[in-house]
Amino acid sequence: MTYLHNIGAYFLMIVEMFRKPTKWTVMKQLILKDVDDLIIGSLGIVAFISFFVGGVVTIQTALNIDNPLIPKYLVGFATRQSIVLEFAPTFMSIIMAGKVGSFITSSIGTMRVTEQIDALEVMGINSLNYLVFPKFIALLLYPFVISIAMFLGILGGMAACVYGGFSTLEDYIVGIQTDFISFHVTYAFIKTFVFAFILATVPSFHGYYMKGGALEVGKASTTSFVWTSVLIILLNYLLTQMLLS
Amino acid sequence: MIEVNNLHKSFGDVEILKGISTTFDKGKTNLIIGQSGSGKTVFLKCLLGLFDYEEGTISYDGKIFSLLSEDEKRNLRAKIGMVFQGSALFDSMTIAQNVMFPLQMFTKQSKSEMEDRVDFVLKRVNLDDAHKKMPSEASGGMQKRVAIARAIVNNPMYLFCDEPNSGLDPKTAIVIDNLIQEITDEYQITTVINSHDMNSVMEIGEKIVFLKNGLKAWEGSNETIFKTDNESVTDFVYSSNLFKKVRKMYIEENE
Ligand SMILES: Nc1ncnc2c1ncn2[C@@H]1O[C@H](COP(=O)(O)OP(=O)(O)O)[C@@H](O)[C@H]1O
Ligand SMILES: [Mg+2]
Repeated sequence: MTYLHNIGAYFLMIVEMFRKPTKWTVMKQLILKDVDDLIIGSLGIVAFISFFVGGVVTIQTALNIDNPLIPKYLVGFATRQSIVLEFAPTFMSIIMAGKVGSFITSSIGTMRVTEQIDALEVMGINSLNYLVFPKFIALLLYPFVISIAMFLGILGGMAACVYGGFSTLEDYIVGIQTDFISFHVTYAFIKTFVFAFILATVPSFHGYYMKGGALEVGKASTTSFVWTSVLIILLNYLLTQMLLS
Repeated sequence: MIEVNNLHKSFGDVEILKGISTTFDKGKTNLIIGQSGSGKTVFLKCLLGLFDYEEGTISYDGKIFSLLSEDEKRNLRAKIGMVFQGSALFDSMTIAQNVMFPLQMFTKQSKSEMEDRVDFVLKRVNLDDAHKKMPSEASGGMQKRVAIARAIVNNPMYLFCDEPNSGLDPKTAIVIDNLIQEITDEYQITTVINSHDMNSVMEIGEKIVFLKNGLKAWEGSNETIFKTDNESVTDFVYSSNLFKKVRKMYIEENE
C-alpha cells in the first residue's frame, strides 16, 4: 500500500515540478548553480574512474583471450563494446546515484527539516519547481558527462594495452573501429537520458518528502541511493530488451 | 484582522486541534501560548495554509483562505511574513541575499532599489555589517533578526512568528520581542506569535490565546492574565516561583 502511495506521490511530484514556474531571473541562477554542483563537480571522479576501469577492462579481456587464433584487435573491440554499451551509461550512473543522488537527497532533506521548504511555500513559491526543476535541467547535460566517460574509458584501455604490452597501438585502434554500429551509441544515449531523469527526480523525491530530523536525512540518503540504483538497473534491463533484441 | 472559526485538525486518528475560534487584531502582538506539544505550531501552520484541516474557516480581513483561487492565495501570501522556529534561512545564500529574496521573487524593483531596502530593514533589526556573512556564520540571535528582516522586507500585512525567542539568552530574547512589537505597531501589522516564554507573555502579550488539550482554554491579555482564576492558566503561567511572587505582589499592589 505504501509502495503504491509513494509511486503515485512520485508522479504527482513530477507534474507539480513543471507547474507555476519560478521567475526566470532567479531560475537561471539556480540552474547554473546546479550545473556547477551536479555536472562540473562530477567530472573529476567520472574521469578518474572511467580511465582506470577502461584500463582494467582491457587487461582482463587481453588476459582472457590468450588463444593465438583470436586476433589481437579483439581486445580493442571488446573494450569499446563494454564501455559504450554498459560501463559508461549504466555503471557510471550507479556511481552518480551515490555521488549526485545522495547530495540531492541530503540537501533537499536538510531544507525540509530546517523548514526552508515551508519558508518557500509560505512565500507562495512552488517549492518543487524551485528545487527540482533546475536539477532536472542541469542533468540534461548528463550525456555530456557520459561521453567523457566513454572517451576516457577507451583511452584508458588504450594506455593499459600499449603499456602492458597486450597488443600494439595499431591493433587496438583497428579494434575500436571494428563492426561499429551507430545505433549502439544511440541506445547508450537513450539510456543516459532516462537515467539522468531518474538521477534528478528520485533523490529529490526522497529528500522532499522526508520526515524527521538530521538522523533521518542520513537514512533518506541511503534509501534514495538504494532506490535510484535499483531503478537504474531495472530500467537498464527493460531498455536493453526493448532496444537491442 | 484574522478570524479563526471552529478549526479542527488531526493527524491520522489523533485530533490535535479540536475546534478553535478566535480573532487576531491588526497592529497588535497576538500571542498563542501553551505547553510544548499543545499544538501551537500546528495551529500556526494551519493559519498559513501549510497544513490542510478537516473543518473550520480562517479568514484574512474578511476573505476566507480556503475559498481563494490559487492566484489569490499567492497574492495573499506575498503579504505574509513568517519567522520560523529555527529561522529557516536559506543556507546557500548570504544574509543580504536571504533578505533580498522575497523582493526578487515578488517585486519588479531594480537592483539598487532592492539593495537600499535590504540595507534599511537590516538596520531596522540592528544588523549593519552582516550583509556578506553566511547564515551558518551568524549566532542564533543574529539569525532570528535576519529571519525577521526577511519576513518584513516586503511590507507584510500579516506577520507570524513561531517561538521567536526560543534558544536565545534572556536579554536577546527581550530585544527580539520588543523589536517585533515595535515593527507591529509602526507598520500596523497583524502579528501572531507562538510562545511558551513567560517574559514574552508579560512584555508583549497584547492579546493572549491559551491552548490546552487542543482547545482554547483561556483568552485575554497581559493585563488580565494576572487576575484570572482559570486553573489551567495559573498552572501554566505560575509554574515558576518567580512568577508566583510577581503575581502576589501585583495583586497586593492593586488591592
Ligand atoms: N506533521 C505531523 N505529523 C503528525 N503529528 C504531528 C505533526 N506535526 C505535529 N504533530 C503532533 O502535533 C502535536 C502538537 O505539535 P506542535 O504543534 O509542534 O506543538 P507545539 O505547541 O510545541 O508547537 C504533537 O503531539 C506532535 O507530535
Ligand atoms: Mg512548536
